[in-house]
Amino acid sequence: MEKAMETMKAEGSHHEDHFRAGKALGLDHRKLGMWLFLSSEVMFFGGLLSTFLFYKVNNPSPSEVALLDVVLVGVNTFILLTSSFTVVLGLTAIQRNNVQGVMRFLGITMLLGAVFLAGQGYEFVKLYYEGMTLSSSVFASAFFTLTGFHGLHVFIGLIWAGLTIFKAYQGQYSAEEYGGVEIFGLYWHFVDIVWIVLFTLIYLV
Amino acid sequence: MSTESVELKQENNWKRYFTWNTDHKVIGVQYLVTAFAFFLIGGALAMLIRTELLQPGIDFMDGTIYNRVITNHGSIMIFLWIIPVLAGFANYMLPLMIGARDMAFPNLNALSFWLIPVGGLFVLLSFFIGAAETGWTAYVPLSIQAPDGQTIWAIGVILLGFSSIFGAINFVTTTFTMRTEGMGFLELPLFVWSMLATSLLILVATPVLTAGLILIAMDRVFGTIFFTVQAGGDPILWQNVFWFYSHPAVYIMILPGMGIISEVLPVFSRKPIFGYIAIALSSMAISVLGLTVWAHHMFTSGMSPALRVPFMITSMIIAVPTGIKIFSWLGTIWGGKLRFTPSMLFSLGFISMFLIGGITGVFQASVPFDLYVHDTYFIVGHLHFVLFGGSVFSVFSGFYYWFPKVTGREMNERLGKIQFALMFIGANLTYLPMFASGMLGMPRRVVDYAPELASLNLLTTIGAYILGTSVIVFFHNAATSWLRGPKATSNPWRALTLEWMTTSPPPIHNFEELPVVTSGPYEYGETPGASDTRQTLEVTGD
Repeated sequence: MEKAMETMKAEGSHHEDHFRAGKALGLDHRKLGMWLFLSSEVMFFGGLLSTFLFYKVNNPSPSEVALLDVVLVGVNTFILLTSSFTVVLGLTAIQRNNVQGVMRFLGITMLLGAVFLAGQGYEFVKLYYEGMTLSSSVFASAFFTLTGFHGLHVFIGLIWAGLTIFKAYQGQYSAEEYGGVEIFGLYWHFVDIVWIVLFTLIYLV
Repeated sequence: MSTESVELKQENNWKRYFTWNTDHKVIGVQYLVTAFAFFLIGGALAMLIRTELLQPGIDFMDGTIYNRVITNHGSIMIFLWIIPVLAGFANYMLPLMIGARDMAFPNLNALSFWLIPVGGLFVLLSFFIGAAETGWTAYVPLSIQAPDGQTIWAIGVILLGFSSIFGAINFVTTTFTMRTEGMGFLELPLFVWSMLATSLLILVATPVLTAGLILIAMDRVFGTIFFTVQAGGDPILWQNVFWFYSHPAVYIMILPGMGIISEVLPVFSRKPIFGYIAIALSSMAISVLGLTVWAHHMFTSGMSPALRVPFMITSMIIAVPTGIKIFSWLGTIWGGKLRFTPSMLFSLGFISMFLIGGITGVFQASVPFDLYVHDTYFIVGHLHFVLFGGSVFSVFSGFYYWFPKVTGREMNERLGKIQFALMFIGANLTYLPMFASGMLGMPRRVVDYAPELASLNLLTTIGAYILGTSVIVFFHNAATSWLRGPKATSNPWRALTLEWMTTSPPPIHNFEELPVVTSGPYEYGETPGASDTRQTLEVTGD
């Protein structure tokens, strides 16, 4: 029979590099996995955003658009953007082996994220008392669903930031091994970028 | 070494199949067994449907019960049988085929599996509180008015979607980063290529269904009014979102099957695959084009007439990459030394039945024809030729092909051939008359039909019973072979892909020594590594 394969001496599974092929392509498997996940997230938000835009165009609700508080949400947007900046500072810190630094900066990120969520909660309650509810119009249904699911993503990010801080506290990150911080950062920046798109299309356009 | 003895002990323990295990081979078997269990449930529902339709009139199911049965037959067969069973093969085989020791994210892989029984339980439990009864398409506003089970059903399908997405992330990452030495992208077995195409499709399409199901769940639970027509909600929106996923879902269900038969045909023809690059790239083409055709399901739904023709054209273009595959397969078996094992028979059955499914699909893509047959049994016949004659035949082909590798035992070939004969006859007898009854105007999803359609429906039901019998033969064969079949060698089919370069079943880390690839996966009848042309016309046999 044809024997197509040659074998090489076993190096023992513990010493092999399982991700050799990825490294040859310059790919880190954890980052690739995260990018793939984020690509599916793009489509998820794409579905909700298309629904929102479809109703915004076909069933406009000018009285409710007038209720939206661009100043409040603008400040909130600034806070969320700042939280992305502190993630970058945290990553830079751990790359310099500064464990205290990454914990401090991710702590600030959590704080800013929590302020953003509180701001969103305040906005929702205010709108609710002004008569804009889940069932007041299709525009409102789409608005709350879209921004609410973004808020859910921020909330998940807060938990993730907390876990990352805990791992840093346990000493799992260093200048050589900071993948966990980087992956969390990808997620957090993504959630931020989604918000920039939402803020533009919901509040500014 | 103590770790090794722990591993060995673990390896021989059947209980590991009921635990959170991160070995891709255990997960693959978990996937396969779970999916086959759901296949039995979905099949039993099909038998109920065909028994009700045995003769005109309402026999033992009223309309509501009938709607619940067809809805869950469809949902189970799609979300809990075909998609997971193909993912099961991929989980087991993909790391072996690329010479990896496991998947890139073993824990995520276990999560992908465990979401399936949980999601499946949701779908099944919905039966106890008024099951989903809208058809698997869950068209609004029907799915907003249906009983509470529809909500549970939606949550179940969302969970199954997460399972698909996590699986897809794993397959792509594993293929990109864990190939063994010497395995470039043009040495990948075609099944791996097909899983790449499938996974990219899952990543793009499935989240959109999740978003859509969330809209339905929000309407049902939290009082949003996305689909309340009086308030300006638009039912067509749901159809767009649903088919944006669910048409690609057809390719999610057929591309891995095409991959399986691209493995099987060269092995049992003892010839190199014809058109390796054409088959690999046509998978990617189907994957990309498949995202642009969804509205051909909505020609009668009141969509903009101006959009019909573009969607008709893109739908018909899909026939091109599909045709490339079919001719490549024919080129592969042409002049080969064919061995008619059950696996090969199912692959040949796939080509012939999928051809009918595919061609009737081109008919339906044509707007005037579709307006005529929309929502009739013609559609039911077409989709079953694709999903049963295509996907399910490929599953059985793969099952007979890889069974010795997974279990270390050989299956009974005679029973396999009996199963194939029964299944091939049964499937054609079931689904061919549906084209006729559909053309005569029999609507789908209705519990009763006009008396003049009685003989066609009788034929279909007889065919369905033959199909049911063939499934019993299969389960008997699989169970007895797994328990008592003769021991299989590591490479019973003398195949060249890497999963056969290790023991049957493989050790816990897959390979004692990692293989190094020096030639293509399909160089049958050639001196290995001698040719860089994969499309040789010379036929030298084995």
